[in-house]
Amino acid sequence: MRTQPLPEWDEGLTRIPYWIYSERQVARDEQDRIFAGPTWNYLCLEAEIPDGGDYRTTFIGEMPVIVVRGKDGEVYAFENRCAHRGALIALEDGGNAEDFTCVYHAWRYDLEGNLKGVAFQNGVNGKGGMPESFCMEAHGPRKLRTATVCGLVFGSLHEDVPPIEEYLGEDILGRIERVLNKPVEVIGRFKQALPNNWKLYFENVKDSYHASLLHVFFTTFRLNRLSQRGGVIVSEDGGHHVSWSAIDPAEAKSQDYSAEKLRSDKEGYRLADPTMLNGVDEFGDGVTLQILSVFPGFVLQQIQNCLAVRQVLPQGVDKTELNWTYIGFTDDTPELRRMRLRQANLIGAAGFVSMEDGAVGNFVQRGIACAEDEKAVVEMGGAGTETVNYRATETSVRGFWKAYRHLMGI
Amino acid sequence: MMAAEITYEQLSALNAAYGASIDDDRLESWPEFFADDCLYKITTADNQRQGLEAGMVYADSKGMLHDRVTALREANVYERQWYRHITGTPLIVGRGDDGVTAETPFLVVRVMRNGQSDLFATGRYLDRVVAGADGKLKFAQRIVVCDSNTIDTLLAIPL
Repeated sequence: MRTQPLPEWDEGLTRIPYWIYSERQVARDEQDRIFAGPTWNYLCLEAEIPDGGDYRTTFIGEMPVIVVRGKDGEVYAFENRCAHRGALIALEDGGNAEDFTCVYHAWRYDLEGNLKGVAFQNGVNGKGGMPESFCMEAHGPRKLRTATVCGLVFGSLHEDVPPIEEYLGEDILGRIERVLNKPVEVIGRFKQALPNNWKLYFENVKDSYHASLLHVFFTTFRLNRLSQRGGVIVSEDGGHHVSWSAIDPAEAKSQDYSAEKLRSDKEGYRLADPTMLNGVDEFGDGVTLQILSVFPGFVLQQIQNCLAVRQVLPQGVDKTELNWTYIGFTDDTPELRRMRLRQANLIGAAGFVSMEDGAVGNFVQRGIACAEDEKAVVEMGGAGTETVNYRATETSVRGFWKAYRHLMGI
Repeated sequence: MMAAEITYEQLSALNAAYGASIDDDRLESWPEFFADDCLYKITTADNQRQGLEAGMVYADSKGMLHDRVTALREANVYERQWYRHITGTPLIVGRGDDGVTAETPFLVVRVMRNGQSDLFATGRYLDRVVAGADGKLKFAQRIVVCDSNTIDTLLAIPL
């Protein structure tokens, strides 16, 4: 429920008012309308909960959530909040459980989140206890809908959320299937605490314009230049995107970068050990980079053979938790696994090409400290949110705001 | 020098020199603390416990360590910052023909250009130290196991 109106946003998608990154009311509305709205939120990998009773704790927006594999093999998810006094039910990142018992007063829940036991319900020595009218079925944490696609587990708090395949659309789904086409396993987990609003990070993910300007490492080694063959796919509602590129022989002749003398074009920069970048075309289509986002906070990343999923979680207006899960396939050869481990130097908090993303959101957050009424300019590639076959565009950033404003009603 | 002769004092001196090379911004000398055949990895206690092998930094050649330094100097963008390494007493946990294995706790304070100082990382180094032909001690392996699973903002300078 909106307790106070937000400022006016009377312009189109090419202007982003800075109050959207700092107003507390915005964060409250986002929890209700975005994260608890008709959206699918990434929860975990199926590979992390393979057996009955396996669970992970995570969040939808700022709401704590338990996601668990039931004994029937189905995936269940429910709010990590005891129906009694509101304490967290599960305190670990994950594990295996027969059931969940709140530590505070030992109220017990089954793997589907149903309240199954109330300590001393009938009192002690015939005294005290819950009234006879107390009905366990009427109490419990909120339950989520869950959906799995290609081993990814998503959850939704909304009754009218469309089926996951429809939510993603054919283009996005196809690009997920392209990468996650066989069983995966986790090879590392890392958290990054970002000192900025969550939207600044999610926009950064969707921003194909900045990639080769801020991240010199990519540019110099011809991993991701705008003049490579590539494009940006934006879903119908704007919320999801794919930015991809592939090696283009014509690129070698392109002079676009050197003509502009950009900071990121470092002639003569060479690696002492270029084998770090050794890779194989494991998906067989020459695509060396595919960054895919699912609204409101999921990223699937393929940079050569370096595969990871990222979960973007808000923490108030000016902090974000970024969860990295590095993955490989269960059938990786030792050689391929070693390539993934070495290429992982490109990503994460210390990544040669992603380190800057941890800081740049904070540069914006600090820059706009006294600019609530000013606006960002998002006009590269025009004003639309369409799919295009080039990447010097902000079409997917505008797409994000299209989906966001629709749900937020602004 | 025989591996069996490597002493606590020598390990402490090695750790002190290692920390100083980073904290004094002499990063170009940092790869020289490693053997040519080496593994340097930064991970977390959770990953280490669960046997998850990926690192935030994963360098299995000395060339990759040089590339880290070159990238920091030439490519990567990060706000000016410094570290202060406080390295504890090494615990020698094993001796082999070619060196010792040791665990050494560390604290790293990060000082930002605006003056903000934070306890950036704590953890332990899981080291395999070998003596070169010239008698100099080198890390054949340094696994940096951070106690926390979270890195604030970014990790640019090595730990």
